[in-house]
Amino acid sequence: MMIKQFLFVLVILVGAPVVGGLLFGIDRRITARMQGRYGPPIIQPFYDFFKLLGKEHIAVSRLQFVWIYGYLVFMIASLIFLVMKSDFLLLVFLLGFAGVCLVLGGFSTKSPYAHFGANRELMQILAYEPVLLLLAIAIYAQNGSFLISEIFKQDKPLLFTLWPLFLAVLYVLTIKMRKSPFDISTCHHGHQEIVKGVTTEYSGPYLALFHLAEWYEIILLLGIISLFWTNPLWVGILIALAAFLLELFIDNITARMTVGWMVRLSWSVGLILGIINIAYIYYTKGVS
Amino acid sequence: MRTMGLIQTSRVKSPWILHFDNSSCNGCDIEILACLTPLYDVERFGMVNMGNPKHADILLITGPVNRRTARVLKNLYGQVPDPKVVVCVGTCASTGGVFHNCYNVLGGVDKVIPVDVYVPGCSVRPEAIIDGVVMALQKLAKL
Repeated sequence: MMIKQFLFVLVILVGAPVVGGLLFGIDRRITARMQGRYGPPIIQPFYDFFKLLGKEHIAVSRLQFVWIYGYLVFMIASLIFLVMKSDFLLLVFLLGFAGVCLVLGGFSTKSPYAHFGANRELMQILAYEPVLLLLAIAIYAQNGSFLISEIFKQDKPLLFTLWPLFLAVLYVLTIKMRKSPFDISTCHHGHQEIVKGVTTEYSGPYLALFHLAEWYEIILLLGIISLFWTNPLWVGILIALAAFLLELFIDNITARMTVGWMVRLSWSVGLILGIINIAYIYYTKGVS
Repeated sequence: MRTMGLIQTSRVKSPWILHFDNSSCNGCDIEILACLTPLYDVERFGMVNMGNPKHADILLITGPVNRRTARVLKNLYGQVPDPKVVVCVGTCASTGGVFHNCYNVLGGVDKVIPVDVYVPGCSVRPEAIIDGVVMALQKLAKL
């Protein structure tokens, strides 16, 4: 049993970045097609990754490298929590720690651009973290347990009772994927702008690590979305892929918004949807 | 032809570009930006116009070097991690062009940093710029 679980985690650890990289390649291709361009090959993110691995290390601050490893390790840890069907609340906290590592990485250098990006990343964490916490509470209210394995035991999908939070999580997906209108701390398109932010001081292999962590992150987020329909799981995965395509569409039709706008909208719409959702669950089930 | 390793293949497939304008008349800069438009779409070769020297592989430099920009150019060249190649875009960047005997102009880019590829023209056509970058990539593959 232990060996089987170990092998399963190993397969996920190797498979997740491969799928995540391909998703980013598809993202670049679809974005190019929407803009009337041909676009790079689908395996372009892997070319970028291996090229960056072969480049020179330039040290700006030694601590910075600790934080980028921290970002990667916490991201992998939260993905393992998801695939092992462990505690959802702890997963949210680990995801928060990963974000904080990225912020500290930005602050550990003296570059004002990196500080700017770190500040903005902090605001992003402020915007999405409460929504994810509310999701954890709602899952507890529905199932009486924070365990993801408990979600898999239910016959009725979470989407039926938690659809307001599903909308809020779609909003979080835009913030976490750093897509327009919330590509605020760093961005996949604005290479010349201040929004390159947190990645400004990373170069060569350490930038590659950042990309690797992003690939794990996308798989983790799509995994969280697929939790809304776990029985059968393939419906959940289809919902997650549909959400991914929706994000690409939104990314291409909207402009970037300001930080304050993001936090205000996330706290007003996201938190209200979440609180009403939880209140309704307790109203129908009764507080035990 | 010897076979290329994974990292070398990736280098050729994913050139990230840093565009720096010394004291150009903006003609060549407009042509560089034209390469990114849907008509030429250099992103299909994996080329991305980076704004950050720390992420770049290829320096595309336009305009003659003057006494002010020489320092900036050296600084930028130092910030690009190895392996890197430098492409001079336009006659002014290659030799100083019509500005060669101005009191404030040092001359071409090669007066300040080592240059790998010269792309002459006033202003350069986007096809010529793409051709120059492809030549730079051939050099990068041998590094």
